[in-house]
Amino acid sequence: MAKPMLSESGSSAPPETIPVTLTVNGQERQLRVAPWTTLLDLLREELDLTGTKKGCDHGQCGACTVIVDGKRINSCLALAVQKDGAHVTTIEGLSTGSLHPVQAAFVEHDAFQCGYCTPGQIMSAVALIEEGRARSRDEIREHMSGNICRCGAYSNIVDAVEDVLKNKGSSFREAAE
Amino acid sequence: MNRFEYTRAGTVQEAVQALAADPAARFIAGGTNLVDLMKYNVERPGRLVDITRLPLDEIVQHAGGLRLGALVPNATVAYDPLVNERYPLLASALLAGASPQLRNAATTGGNLLQRTRCYYFYDEGTPCNKREPGSGCPAMTGVNRIHAILGASDTCIATHPSDMCVALAALDAVVQVEGPDGRRSIPFAEFHRLPGDEPQRDTTLQRGEIVLSVDLPDEDFSTHYTYLKLRDRLSYAFALVSVAAVLEMDGDTIRTARLALGGVAHKPWRNAEAEGRLQGKPATPETFREAADVILAEARPYAHNAFKVELARRAIVRGLSQAAAGTPQSQTDKRIA
Ligand SMILES: Cc1cc2nc3c(=O)[nH]c(=O)nc-3n(C[C@H](O)[C@H](O)[C@H](O)COP(=O)(O)OP(=O)(O)OC[C@H]3O[C@@H](n4cnc5c(N)ncnc54)[C@H](O)[C@@H]3O)c2cc1C
Ligand code: SF4
Ligand code: FES
Ligand code: FES
Repeated sequence: MAKPMLSESGSSAPPETIPVTLTVNGQERQLRVAPWTTLLDLLREELDLTGTKKGCDHGQCGACTVIVDGKRINSCLALAVQKDGAHVTTIEGLSTGSLHPVQAAFVEHDAFQCGYCTPGQIMSAVALIEEGRARSRDEIREHMSGNICRCGAYSNIVDAVEDVLKNKGSSFREAAE
Repeated sequence: MNRFEYTRAGTVQEAVQALAADPAARFIAGGTNLVDLMKYNVERPGRLVDITRLPLDEIVQHAGGLRLGALVPNATVAYDPLVNERYPLLASALLAGASPQLRNAATTGGNLLQRTRCYYFYDEGTPCNKREPGSGCPAMTGVNRIHAILGASDTCIATHPSDMCVALAALDAVVQVEGPDGRRSIPFAEFHRLPGDEPQRDTTLQRGEIVLSVDLPDEDFSTHYTYLKLRDRLSYAFALVSVAAVLEMDGDTIRTARLALGGVAHKPWRNAEAEGRLQGKPATPETFREAADVILAEARPYAHNAFKVELARRAIVRGLSQAAAGTPQSQTDKRIA
């Protein structure tokens, strides 16, 4: 009975849940969501994907970064209903058996302290590499600037991202083997 | 966040009708400003009309120049080859703003209509004439470090926070809109407004009108330009002062100048007299200082933002020097040349 909400306007029916289809980490999910549910809350509260973190809930920290239809966004400012039909990748969807090269580089370079910002940092770095616009350390810093690290692990984060960027071919091949 | 109903518009007409039919309805695009404000209860729409499925997501060339659809994400505009070839000022201003994640979600139309970052506007617990007309303006006597030095009124001293809009003001863009009474074009200088005695109105857009596109004029703005943004940290922070400049040069002489300031007023700030005075003058620091003096003669600072007057003066001189030399500010190497 939630159908009328989708295209009918001016109805005074009380707000109800809306059917939404999302492909999350490769798996299609048919869901019903209240329109005020953010993608972040849907992932964490409904789908038990708590790897994606809530830092500020206002777009100011990047802890909630996920990749939607190939682009990194802040899931705390995205309404889940608006993403109907989208493909979402979270930190849980990165590794296929072994660690994703970016995850492995974060471990190797000790690119965290408390780890709270780390899933967001890693999702952002994966997208940064895919975008292919950052090369120098200055550029890496600028393209990672949407992810705040309260512990200040920035220099090791840049090291990790730079390492993957430079050795992208080989480590991605290794990961695939 | 308040409870609201959700309508997904399939056509522009449907979107306009949905807004006309429900006085509590609002458009939502990327949501990066509206959802944020809803979480603070500053915005409490009864219905959101989702416009993200409308066919307004393309950048197209047209007779008058380049047309940016209202739904084109900020990141897409910033990296578009044609934009970078002809309007690198706009690309630079976009890359100076927000973060890669936000620029992927934020849209051209939403960026135009983002609201002020005044702390009191965001805080439901305090009065604010913009949020609640007639309730007062605590910024005037409170913490006003980020507030306006130009064009404010005695009801509101907020600034417009957009970087994109400062570039669009300097480029003399035109905003195409459609509403219940049909379509119209709004020159960029007339799109945002000064607070006057209606600080609740940020723009001249009428209730129910939707932004369709932003049109850029068919001129070459690719040589002498800069976007210089000064802020509390080097990235992911709003401007304290910013300068968008485009010059046409005859050797070392300025043929025409367009200069817009961000972070200083309720709208991107232009001053025709100062721009006129630059015409035909040699591109020297003295010339630039003179223009800055004209612009800042009317500055009216408050307790915590007097520093912006000197900051703006130096930013204008530096920005015009960068533009004249053809050495625009880099948005990754943060050193200011
Ligand atoms: C932490 C943070 C930092 C930021 N830093 C910067 C910065 O440094 N520089 C900067 O410029 N910006 C910055 N931003 C702001 C960002 O650019 C805006 O939030 C964004 O551009 C808004 O676009 P949107 O599509 O998400 O708009 P929405 O949030 O969807 O909408 C905003 C408003 O526009 C209206 N609207 C949207 N589209 C249309 C349309 N086509 N027609 C009519 N009305 C419409 C909506 O009804 C709403 O009122 C920052 C934001 C955050 C959260
Ligand atoms: S400056 Fe404007 S937005 Fe800020 S408190 Fe005063 S009226 Fe409100
Ligand atoms: S939780 Fe989304 S940006 Fe901080
Ligand atoms: S590791 Fe603690 S916030 Fe980044």
